[in-house]
Amino acid sequence: MSSQSTLAIETSGLVKNFGETRAVDGVDLAIPQGVVYGVLGPNGAGKTTTIRMLSTLLTPDGGTARVLGHDVVKEAEAVRSRVSLTGQFASIDEDLTATENLTLLARLLGFSRAQAAERSEELLEAFELTDAAGRQSKTFSGGMRRRLDIAASLVITPDLLFLDEPTTGLDPRSRGQVWDSVRAMVALGTTILLTTQYLDEADQLADRIAVIDRGKVIAEGTTGELKSSVGTGALHVRLVKAEARPEASQLLAQALAAPVFQESDPFALSVRTDETERVARALAELARSEIAVSDFAFGRPSLDEVFLALTGHPAEDSTATQEDAA
Amino acid sequence: MTLTSETVPVQGAPADALRKALTSQIRPSRPNPLTAVRVSAWRTMRKMKHYGVAVVFDVTLMPIIFLLTFTYLFGGAFAGSTKEYLQYFLPGVLVQTVVMPTVYTGTSLNMDITRGIYDRFRTLPFWQPATIVGNLLGDVVRYVLALTTTMSVGLALGFRPDGGAGGVLAAMLLLLLFAVSVSWIFAALGVVAKAPETVSGTSMLVMFPLVFTSNIFVEPDTMPGWMEAIVDVNPVSAAATAARGLVHGNASGADIGWVLLACGVITVVFAPLTMYLYRAKSRD
Ligand SMILES: Nc1ncnc2c1ncn2[C@@H]1O[C@H](COP(=O)(O)OP(=O)(O)OP(=O)(O)O)[C@@H](O)[C@H]1O
Ligand SMILES: [Mg+2]
Repeated sequence: MSSQSTLAIETSGLVKNFGETRAVDGVDLAIPQGVVYGVLGPNGAGKTTTIRMLSTLLTPDGGTARVLGHDVVKEAEAVRSRVSLTGQFASIDEDLTATENLTLLARLLGFSRAQAAERSEELLEAFELTDAAGRQSKTFSGGMRRRLDIAASLVITPDLLFLDEPTTGLDPRSRGQVWDSVRAMVALGTTILLTTQYLDEADQLADRIAVIDRGKVIAEGTTGELKSSVGTGALHVRLVKAEARPEASQLLAQALAAPVFQESDPFALSVRTDETERVARALAELARSEIAVSDFAFGRPSLDEVFLALTGHPAEDSTATQEDAA
Repeated sequence: MTLTSETVPVQGAPADALRKALTSQIRPSRPNPLTAVRVSAWRTMRKMKHYGVAVVFDVTLMPIIFLLTFTYLFGGAFAGSTKEYLQYFLPGVLVQTVVMPTVYTGTSLNMDITRGIYDRFRTLPFWQPATIVGNLLGDVVRYVLALTTTMSVGLALGFRPDGGAGGVLAAMLLLLLFAVSVSWIFAALGVVAKAPETVSGTSMLVMFPLVFTSNIFVEPDTMPGWMEAIVDVNPVSAAATAARGLVHGNASGADIGWVLLACGVITVVFAPLTMYLYRAKSRD
């Protein structure tokens, strides 16, 4: 084991262009070993591109990146021998069975035939794929494929594992399984960098989070830090009628003396505020104006609101806004 | 919009298995290139096994249809009798049998690159060209199956090799070498193409003229001069002439020499080109 003082990942001014698109635009990261680090961002933010540079699959156009103390360009081999990547889209051979896939990778890593067979079996069991071991992986469900893909990244236990959107498209059960594996891995000393579009996923798993948008890190810290940087509380209101939203919005803005966010749900509104008394009065105001409320909540801001506050636009539509701007 | 999702609690057995799998400390040294090639070839064979009989069916159906239609439809007109024509035509069909499926080398390589497994391979410490060579070697098995099938059908139809079993074997070996060389052309194409469909589409544009402007079907002496010239320089003609000679026991050294030369030139140009493109691709 290397000394804990070496950062798992250290980047400075990392840049990658694809033609006219600047996919990654000066990313600085300093990620310690032994943690789960979340990179949170909407579609097209540059998460995959960043991860591919860090795992030596893409050469940066600018800046530097060191992974476990090694430069990703000059010492790519050294980096490769210690990290593993589970990409956004499965990197398995769909024509082969689960066992064959794992055996193939183990053999290409230098395992003997017997070692490879044993290792495959071990991994299949760990990821609950033993029953499907002999089936061609193209017949697998999304969750099984994901698990096989993660297993394939662990043939040699990596010191650092990149997981690019490991739970996108999975049902809650499969998602829970992936989360459990992540927790088990980090408990056993593997550093994990995972990207996600799900705010609750970052919240649940990550020790620290970087929020990226349009190729730039726009915020970094623990979940708690990010939340408190935005304010401590927020009022969420869901109306019975969407048409009442403009009026409700106006009333709330007045009563709370704070900007009101119209959420993507046409019935929903939210306001960042810490003042409990004003909140009570604002709700009473709505009732007096006969605006029916189906649901309301007052609490700490969700990461969704953090994102909104940081970027000025909700998560999900970074690409759209980018195209509008272009 | 706050997402919630429930976590299924960790059950005992899988959690233990996971812990066991994750504490493995095996760190073998990198495999030597030969092992890497062997393993890659094993992979190709496995895939073929999953495809089952379709593998042979795919590559032999066309040549056998050609064999039957040309022999029985045009055989009499081309050579006086079907029997006579079969003696001329069968070695040509053997060439067609091995040359047509060389395209698969390109499509399967392209599939590897476009369908994700390539990313995985690139981060592993083995000699990277092994996957290409492994593909090619696996394809040799396909060619052998195809050649044997076409030959058997020919024999059943009444083809009699004057060169005997030895001649047939020699012809097949020469054609295998020829096919592997031609495979490199499509391997190069497979590396640069954006999608497997592009490879197969483009390949057909190359393949059809190559197969038809050759002496596989008829002797070129009744063709116009310019066409005869094209047919004469087409390496497929050289392969067909040599195969015919070997099968019937009257091949000249020059016949074989031309094929070996063609194989050499194609391989020397396209093998390094493929490797270069493959490596360049991994450094974008
Ligand atoms: N190979 C490529 N060629 C051209 N443009 C690319 C390429 N890869 C990424 N891009 C562009 O770079 C930007 C960042 O893409 P990237 O895949 O890194 O985003 P992401 O954060 O992973 O998004 P998603 O959540 O959709 O996976 C996008 O605008 C994308 O269109
Ligand atoms: Mg992505």
